[in-house]
Amino acid sequence: MIRRRTALLSAASLTIAGKARAQKKYAPGITDTEIKIGQTMPYSGNASAYGVAGRNQAAYFRMINEAGGINGRKIVLISLDDGYSPPKTMELARQLVERDQVAFLFYPLGTQTNTAIQKYMNQKKVPHLFLATGASKWGDPKNFPWTMGWQPDYHTECKIFAKHMIANIKDPKIAILRQNDDMGNDYIGGFREGLGAGWEKMVVADATYEVTDPTIDSQILQLKNSGATVFMNITTPKFAAQAIKKVAEIGWKPIHYLVSVAASVGAVMRPAGIENGQGIVTAQFAKDVTDPRWATSPDYIEWKAFMDKWNPTANQLEGSNVSSYIVVHALVQVLKQCGDDLSRENIMRQAANIKDLEIPLLLPGIKVNTSPTNFYPLRTEQLARFEGDHWTLFGDLISADGT
Amino acid sequence: MEFFVQQIASGLTSGAIYACVALGLVMIYVSTDHINFAQGEMAMFATYLAWSMIDAGVPYWVAFGSTILVAFFSGLFIQRVILKPLETAPVLALVVCFIALLSIFNALAGMIWSFTIKQFPSPFPRVDIFGNGLVSAQQIGVVAVTLVMLAILTVFFRYTTLGLAMRAAAQNAASARLMGVRVSWMLALGWGLASGIGAIAGMLVAPIVFLDPNMMTGILVYGFAGALVGGIANPMGAVAGGFIVGVLENLVGSYIIGNELKLSFALIMVVGVLLLKPAGIFGRVIVRRV
Repeated sequence: MIRRRTALLSAASLTIAGKARAQKKYAPGITDTEIKIGQTMPYSGNASAYGVAGRNQAAYFRMINEAGGINGRKIVLISLDDGYSPPKTMELARQLVERDQVAFLFYPLGTQTNTAIQKYMNQKKVPHLFLATGASKWGDPKNFPWTMGWQPDYHTECKIFAKHMIANIKDPKIAILRQNDDMGNDYIGGFREGLGAGWEKMVVADATYEVTDPTIDSQILQLKNSGATVFMNITTPKFAAQAIKKVAEIGWKPIHYLVSVAASVGAVMRPAGIENGQGIVTAQFAKDVTDPRWATSPDYIEWKAFMDKWNPTANQLEGSNVSSYIVVHALVQVLKQCGDDLSRENIMRQAANIKDLEIPLLLPGIKVNTSPTNFYPLRTEQLARFEGDHWTLFGDLISADGT
Repeated sequence: MEFFVQQIASGLTSGAIYACVALGLVMIYVSTDHINFAQGEMAMFATYLAWSMIDAGVPYWVAFGSTILVAFFSGLFIQRVILKPLETAPVLALVVCFIALLSIFNALAGMIWSFTIKQFPSPFPRVDIFGNGLVSAQQIGVVAVTLVMLAILTVFFRYTTLGLAMRAAAQNAASARLMGVRVSWMLALGWGLASGIGAIAGMLVAPIVFLDPNMMTGILVYGFAGALVGGIANPMGAVAGGFIVGVLENLVGSYIIGNELKLSFALIMVVGVLLLKPAGIFGRVIVRRV
């Protein structure tokens, strides 16, 4: 009798265990029909030009939901305005995780803002995925296993510029203009590394500005006065436009390198004056949608159709409408890979398990790869020169490992 | 030497911008005895109106003129509708109200026109006066317009009945009322004029710094510095203060402390002037009879 009961019991527990294994695993915010995710964005304040990214992603999720969602689950994006202010980001991250119970944060924007919440997200073990910042510190799975960056980092990019200068310009005299914050420092770190021992000899002027400065005219004059022949322009969009215009106005003709965060045709090059930007060099990982060479490529046509239908009021020349579109594809891939195991652990595991993913609007040949030890999804860029009214690619793909 | 001259020229241009904004602040202060923190955002908003008109094909000067008119009446309207009920409220309530206006205008502009920077046309020809990239017609234009505005304002406040009535209303409302001045309307007029001046400042600044909803935030701080250094109750002082801040900021930034501390330097100037000569370098000490 006893034996029978034990057998029954163990059989019962076996079926329970079996059931549990097949049962769906859900993080907070996820049900059979819904995946709730959070985001912080600068819809107001200094960096509000980047707010278009959040709006565009909301539009993309609307499209996905219309088509039935991902594995039958609709995406609910709660995208909140942090005004680009780190304490506010902290408050909102808490709100999203604790009150709104989102499954994870996706594409929160800004370097300082993400720095403010990185520890919190890792303590809470909530995925902090595909950050919209190019700082080099996000790929650190040992110390921050719940945080993963996205775009090629600033450090790598400036290293690529430095290598290109050394290889192509005879006896360069370099003047640097940089924003005096985390972004500027990260870029300059890569630049210093790229120039190596040449730094002392080649850099003849290094001027900073604050985001609160009304103009940077004085700095540009200082740089010109140094006799530099190369201009490394490490700025954000508004100041990039000012710098490009001022350099042309004072008749300074350096070889001009511009960081990718400020290389938007619609938000920088056009306002600065197309004629003033000719010959500027930048680095890209995404297709420039103003470049006629992509006009017939299927991914461009698909993107254009999406924009026209789902986000018709957006300015299609703004680079953020492309970058935000690209990263959404990576997220969709991760969620598809998760299947029905949508625990936070598995979401993170799948995010670190992307293999050779090709995404529309990435430059041909660039693929997304992650692994438990590689939290840098994109590490490859290609140089481009501003010709006519668009960026024209030249040279080969350059990756961080190759430099 | 050439570098030195260049820095001064560029300092004078930014100085003219600060002076323009400072004039608007002085205008409000002289006519209402308050400092309007939303001055910059109102100017930015007016500039967007001008941009929309020009974008729709309206000729520059028509857009310029109508923007000033619209700005004038909106200033009047804001005073009548929002601030009149607060006329007897404590000064802190007003400050909160000004800050609210600031964020309302900023957010509204972002909502309507987006936060992407826009190119704003310059009324001045794109010529290089000395052929060395030192001084452009735009820069000369900004300085000239600022000086003309200053002259008009000085004459207005010193020699016209209306100007005197406005000053009286701000300085001593009770006595002014006894003298037959319609105090409340004088305040509204002050708002209208300040708003109009702000619009001019915005339209002059935009071709240089590009138009975006945050265009005036940085400038306003320097405008304050200029106004306080020169004397906030004195248009001439405020303009001089604006130029002083612009030039010193450039020189000190280039030669002495580096670019990182330019803003701090402007603020130190403010604190220094307020400590040593609270009425500003060019200000007269106002003695109030009690």
